[in-house]
Amino acid sequence: MATDNRINFWRRNTKVPGSVQPVYGAQHPPLDPRLRRTYPKDPKPKFNNLKSKKACSFHEFACSTNDAWDIDDEEDDNFCGTPFPTSFTPSGQDSTLSVHRQKLQHETGETERVLPHILTPPRNDGHNPVDDGSECEGVNGEFVKSSSDADISTSSVRASLQKQQSLPVRPIIPLVARISDQNASGAPPMTVREKSRLDKFKQLLASPNTELEELRKHSWSGIPREVRPITWRLLSGYLPANKERRELVLKRKREEYFGFIEQYYHSRTDEHYKDTYRQIHIDIPRTNPLIPLFQQPAVQEVFERILFIWAIRHPASGYVQGINDLVTPFFVVFLSEFVTEDVENFDVAALPLETQRNIEADSFWCMSKLLDGIQDNYTFAQPGIQNKVKALEELVSRIDVDIHNHFKKYEVEYLQFAFRWMNNLLMRELPLRCTIRLWDTYQAEAEGFSHFHLYVCAAFLIEWRREILCMVDFQAFRRTVGKRRVFRCDVTVMKHGS
Amino acid sequence: MGSDEAYNFVFKVVLIGESGVGKSNLLSRFTKNEFNHDSRTTIGVEFSTRTVQLNSFTIKAQIWDTAGLERYRAITSAYYRGAVGALLVYDITKHLTYESVERWLKELYDHADPHIVVMLVGNKTDLESERSVPTEEAKDFAEKKGLLFLETSALQSTNVEAAFNKVLEEIHKKVNSKEVVRGSINAVTLNSSRAENEENKKPCCKNI
Repeated sequence: MATDNRINFWRRNTKVPGSVQPVYGAQHPPLDPRLRRTYPKDPKPKFNNLKSKKACSFHEFACSTNDAWDIDDEEDDNFCGTPFPTSFTPSGQDSTLSVHRQKLQHETGETERVLPHILTPPRNDGHNPVDDGSECEGVNGEFVKSSSDADISTSSVRASLQKQQSLPVRPIIPLVARISDQNASGAPPMTVREKSRLDKFKQLLASPNTELEELRKHSWSGIPREVRPITWRLLSGYLPANKERRELVLKRKREEYFGFIEQYYHSRTDEHYKDTYRQIHIDIPRTNPLIPLFQQPAVQEVFERILFIWAIRHPASGYVQGINDLVTPFFVVFLSEFVTEDVENFDVAALPLETQRNIEADSFWCMSKLLDGIQDNYTFAQPGIQNKVKALEELVSRIDVDIHNHFKKYEVEYLQFAFRWMNNLLMRELPLRCTIRLWDTYQAEAEGFSHFHLYVCAAFLIEWRREILCMVDFQAFRRTVGKRRVFRCDVTVMKHGS
Repeated sequence: MGSDEAYNFVFKVVLIGESGVGKSNLLSRFTKNEFNHDSRTTIGVEFSTRTVQLNSFTIKAQIWDTAGLERYRAITSAYYRGAVGALLVYDITKHLTYESVERWLKELYDHADPHIVVMLVGNKTDLESERSVPTEEAKDFAEKKGLLFLETSALQSTNVEAAFNKVLEEIHKKVNSKEVVRGSINAVTLNSSRAENEENKKPCCKNI
């Protein structure tokens, strides 16, 4: 080794971390100059030195160092010393843990609008429906009453999420195990309801010109597995609604993608791009480490190509860790079209090459469309994320003032826990099949990945309100919320009947 | 100090260094005695604590871990606030990660307390056969820059305890020697913290 060269090598004047090329073509408004300033050296972080007021929780907490994110971790004991709290639904039913457990209790039996006052778009337009005197019973987290329609913006949430509580507790399923759902071999046969939903979708998809509005409406409540691949392509705008045009468009887009590969992929060793490629290359094996599917070299190469091409075509952000996770749902869904058994163990080499290529190209384009709406999450200073986290804080301050005040009291910053929720769209917090189900709704919504996601984060937070209010240490909170195993995610979504 | 006081000090220590050098596993090895071959990329900030005995003092070490990727810097520069120790980690088998050390040092001194205790850590000594950074070279560099130095293996658990304990010891020495004016090293004792917290409520991130 040329030791002398190496000694001098690291001394050369290279760019410092945090200094990034100017932003071109970003979708957000010009950067606030304050964002470019070096952060002042403020004193200690807010949550430091918090002592627990409860001897039991503190001692238990201090003794346990069990709080780094770890996929293999067993279910935590409730560190307050009490048995782990089961559902706190007003009905008092025991239930398994799951997300989207926003309660829908309403005396008249109509579906209730949950989180109604989160009707103002996250960016404050100066209009705040909370002040119009409408009721908001968010305090106990059980349900919130709907206000009048008059103040509702068009982009408001129109439906609520409710978990099915009927099934018994399942064993803990790691992040990835059960990708397949009702139509997989060995799975229980479809219910009548499921069958009729599938028929409805098939009917919509059979028409020569798909009614996208109708499709969105039905997709909101979940897309049957069998028709998910085509529905996702349609909802994302990738596949044309007009049936006749589809074959041509697909062919063209797929060729275009592979044209990019031919044109640009070799440049991953160039001086200008090699850092990007290197980062992608070391991230891919760490993307879905527990799913055999993603350990196959062929699959890892697909991800590398998709991410590299996307990154160099989007210099405003380039590749940012977290974007790699966003390929996964598309890839899995498009692959599932050709797989009858469990997808996660499937050997992609068994597929015809053309099929593999089509899956790759379609994943690229659909992921691109997704990212188009949230690219400012990943540009310099990540203003999209910062804004969304602020919006989350504002939202929570209105719908669950107890939690909000609790955070304030213990000086917990939303950014500290919600950053990853926004950066990775909750994919680190949910099993893959839940993410896929969630994306049915996100794609049915306008701005689902940015706007609706915000409300899902709020619901996610409120899901743990009891644990949160019990906590006096930020780390304990992170430990609990960040690590809860979600092992059921049957989400029944009901649209508000207005 | 209250009756349920179980530690004398809290020391915040940050892990910094390039992506993939092993920061997350150093953290889990020290705080949970675990190593995970299947760890995922760190997003945002993770942290963990462990309480250790130093002489007759009980020290709660609060170890922070963040992604090595540059893009998160704007979000995570708040991460340095209040840190009294830092482990600057590189991978002994990837010379490039060692070459970035100077850049990381600059960032550290730009954002963190000037009295911060820094240790240069060469990780992955279990991969000795693939070594590309000579121990002596790194050791000399560390000496020259006034940094502590150790080589570790989070996988084999070699020197991980030693590394963290050494950093904590040095922090404690500094605190005891009163070289440092109270207030410029933060997060040291529990009681003075609250007053300082009240004054500076809003972190910079909140001002955007």
